[in-house]
Amino acid sequence: MEAEASMPGTGSGPTAPTAGRPGPRFTLTPPTRRSPLRGQLPTLAVIALGGAIGSCARYGASLLWPTAHGAFPWTTLLVNAVGCAVIGAFMVVITEGLTAHHLVRPFFGTGVLGGFTTFSTYAVDIQRLLTVGQVGSALGYLAGTAVTALVSVWTAAAVTRRFLKRREARCD
Amino acid sequence: MNWLLVIAGAVVGAPLRYLTDRTVQSRHDTVFPWGTFAVNVVGCLILGTLTGAVAAGAASSQLQLLLGTGLCGALTTYSTFSYETLRLAEQGARLFAVANLVASVAAGVGAAFAGAGLARILWG
Repeated sequence: MEAEASMPGTGSGPTAPTAGRPGPRFTLTPPTRRSPLRGQLPTLAVIALGGAIGSCARYGASLLWPTAHGAFPWTTLLVNAVGCAVIGAFMVVITEGLTAHHLVRPFFGTGVLGGFTTFSTYAVDIQRLLTVGQVGSALGYLAGTAVTALVSVWTAAAVTRRFLKRREARCD
Repeated sequence: MNWLLVIAGAVVGAPLRYLTDRTVQSRHDTVFPWGTFAVNVVGCLILGTLTGAVAAGAASSQLQLLLGTGLCGALTTYSTFSYETLRLAEQGARLFAVANLVASVAAGVGAAFAGAGLARILWG
């Protein structure tokens, strides 16, 4: 009905806003009430799915290699380092290499890797180590994670870029 | 059951990070990644409070899995944070890259302390 009424030449249709009848306020409500999230639902759904997968992988790692209370949080450091290396390679591939489906980046980059890596556990572990007086461990973990993460993302991006260039040169 | 709690938290946390990032990034015009900064600091505050509540016996380990491992874990991110820092450095905005690193870590740890302090006031 709505589509019909908006087509040219069908202005006399039942939903056309003519004098004496309820105006556009009543006949054209769906577009004006459309939620801003409407077009984003597939994106949000794949991010939620990816986030669940990534978070489960992180939780699984914490069960496999648990960190004792007050010990150096190696598992979280490694999880974050791996996630940073993978995002470095992934973003280069997706922005400079192949053209992927538009939901690949939200699913894998925002969802899986965003869910896998964590900043909150990192900060709270530093706070807990400082609170129990393990200042050396706290500062070592603080700097160690930051350096490992940045070196991982940079190295993975550089290696992937070089690999893509070499492949491109071979294809030419 | 534990896995379901993690999943339930994550399916909320990850889209919430995306929506917060979009909203924050659309409201300013600088290259600084305020969106990721915001979710990371808020996540640290929530997890700091929650961890304090669990330590004080006011919250269960199930709630820790749902809100801590699931929600806060998926809401905050180290991968996007480090990738955005790398991008800033690659684009020549080195000062912003260093500022992002220092400010995120300082604000995150500060928020964790604030959360722990809040938990002590509320349940300590």
